[in-house]
Amino acid sequence: MSEVAGVATEEATQRPPANGTPPAPPARAGLFDLALDRLRRGDLGSIPVAVGLVLIAVVFSSLNGHFLAPENLTNLALQMAATGTIALGIVLVLLLGEIDLSAGSVSGLCAVVMTILAVHHGLNPALAVLGALLAGAVIGLIHGVMRTKLAMPSFVVTLAGLIGWEGLMLFLLGNEGMINLPFDRGIAQLSDTWMPPAVGWVIVVLLAGGHLAATLVTRRLRARAGLSVLGTGWVAVRSGGLALLLAAAVLVLNSDRGVPLTLVIFGGLVVSLDLVLRRTVFGRRMYAVGGNAEASRRAGINITQVRILAFMGSSMLAATGGILAASRLAAVNQSSGGSDILLNAIAAAVIGGTSLFGGRGRTYSALLGILVIQSITNGMLLLNVNSSVRFMVTGVVLAVAVAIDSLARRGAPDGVR
Amino acid sequence: MSPVVTPDTSSSGATPNPAPRTEKQMVLSVRGASKRYGAVQALGGADLDLHAGEVVALVGDNGAGKSTLVKVISGAVQSDSGSITFEGREVRIGRPQDAQALGITTVFQDLALCENLDVVANLFLGTESRHYGVLGEIPMERRARDLLTSLDVRIKDVRSPVAALSGGQRQSVAIARALLGEPKVVILDEPTAALGVEQTAQVLGLIGRLRERGLAVLLISHNLADVRQVSDRIAVLRLGRNAGTFETASVSQETVVGAITGAGA
Repeated sequence: MSEVAGVATEEATQRPPANGTPPAPPARAGLFDLALDRLRRGDLGSIPVAVGLVLIAVVFSSLNGHFLAPENLTNLALQMAATGTIALGIVLVLLLGEIDLSAGSVSGLCAVVMTILAVHHGLNPALAVLGALLAGAVIGLIHGVMRTKLAMPSFVVTLAGLIGWEGLMLFLLGNEGMINLPFDRGIAQLSDTWMPPAVGWVIVVLLAGGHLAATLVTRRLRARAGLSVLGTGWVAVRSGGLALLLAAAVLVLNSDRGVPLTLVIFGGLVVSLDLVLRRTVFGRRMYAVGGNAEASRRAGINITQVRILAFMGSSMLAATGGILAASRLAAVNQSSGGSDILLNAIAAAVIGGTSLFGGRGRTYSALLGILVIQSITNGMLLLNVNSSVRFMVTGVVLAVAVAIDSLARRGAPDGVR
Repeated sequence: MSPVVTPDTSSSGATPNPAPRTEKQMVLSVRGASKRYGAVQALGGADLDLHAGEVVALVGDNGAGKSTLVKVISGAVQSDSGSITFEGREVRIGRPQDAQALGITTVFQDLALCENLDVVANLFLGTESRHYGVLGEIPMERRARDLLTSLDVRIKDVRSPVAALSGGQRQSVAIARALLGEPKVVILDEPTAALGVEQTAQVLGLIGRLRERGLAVLLISHNLADVRQVSDRIAVLRLGRNAGTFETASVSQETVVGAITGAGA
């Protein structure tokens, strides 16, 4: 850009001075800098939830020594898989600033569809599951089309779904009101399958090793491209921490019956969906539409498509959760997908740190949030506390979690909220 | 995907720049643009010329037809009559995509940024580099950094969300994003309207660097001080018609104000 001088000799003096030399990019961002920067933005990340989990563990284990026993923690893992999977779907729609109130009903309906296909029509269990997922996809498509093409608020669309799909489920169940799944084979076996100890450890090595390898490869590629890289300390802390956490979990689960298959399914969904959301173009567009739909539209993003896909994802994950719940119960009945499942799923997503206003949240919030809720439920049941107290405590935890998040963001610059 | 304009890309070739700017080339020329909204004649035969490497300020009172003229050029509305010549041939701009395809890009006042996404993600929104649907973060971040550096836009961390940036930085990100499509004409709608003194200076500096890149810049502004500081020519619209075009260096403030208000006529 050398010909510049001729264009503007005199005015150059009036113009604001060029802002000096561009700053050299930071060679590496330290652990401390990164953390401090995020805190300054009011982004507490998973810290409050982690603290909350530790508190819950300390309180309940001091009240009842059995709370942290491997058997109880294994039960906890089994209990949270179904609702946790539904919460994953809730995270998807919350990312767009939408809501899905029908997730509970849809989970029940799809579980019934699966059971009818498997039991009444004698379909192969895998095909029955596929049929239920397809039903979920169609339901999500209907919700998405109503939201986008008819411009109905998602609250109303899915409220209608909440009522309507439950009605359809009751209709399908007929007069008997319940269908049993054979205990010893097929779907019910999902919840009674345990990884041999060695497989548990292989999972730890694969996850922690995969994380470390991915981090190191990225670091190397970034360094080669002349971009800032994470400090080695930060890499060691992150990968080491992940490995320790996973190892502790597998150690506990192995000392009981092993890692339950349902937890592997739930965990696998959390990890793979997180990768989809953060590493793919589709995921980027989800966050973009959730952050500013009009800007996304002007950038050429098909926001109708993104929204419909989010509702389909939510309903399919609800279907998956319903199947997991049916598997655990070895039956479907009139209360499948009912009672507090939907509310717990939404609460889990929000407690985990997903914003109700769209554009902010990760799939791990479903995992952490359901861990909090299920721990409270589990601990209260151990203590033989009435469910009235359990509801009140869960309500307070939900309120406190959101309050902490809001307060932390109040000091942050506008818009981060 | 088109490569980003960076200052070092031309260093290897024999011809450093494809278009030597010894004399300013006409890029865009509007003749006799008219637009009527019902009973309101928003534009009544307005002309406008934009040259490469030149900043033209479009000024005028409210309702003078500035935004309508900009919408005609950017394809948001179609004029009832009049012609647009782009690089010597007559073109029809019926939709925003037509303008984009020609190389006319507009940065609207609302910036259209996703505040929850980081700077890199915003720059490449809708044009992400990818392999089989997986984001190519490293090439994007590199291009983002090079582009911002070449524009002398200072952002500490291109991975921080746009919500954490100042108003001037956001404006700069929006302008930088417009440059990724390698446009020839950049239209800036009130880029300094919401900014403080320091940040206005930053953005005006950036506009100067757009001119240095050989872009034709059309600046819509209410702020005559900014206009005088950064523009080469001032085109005044009044009641949908041209009320004079002035060389910024030689015109007095009173003359411009007179043209805007019609008092001097």
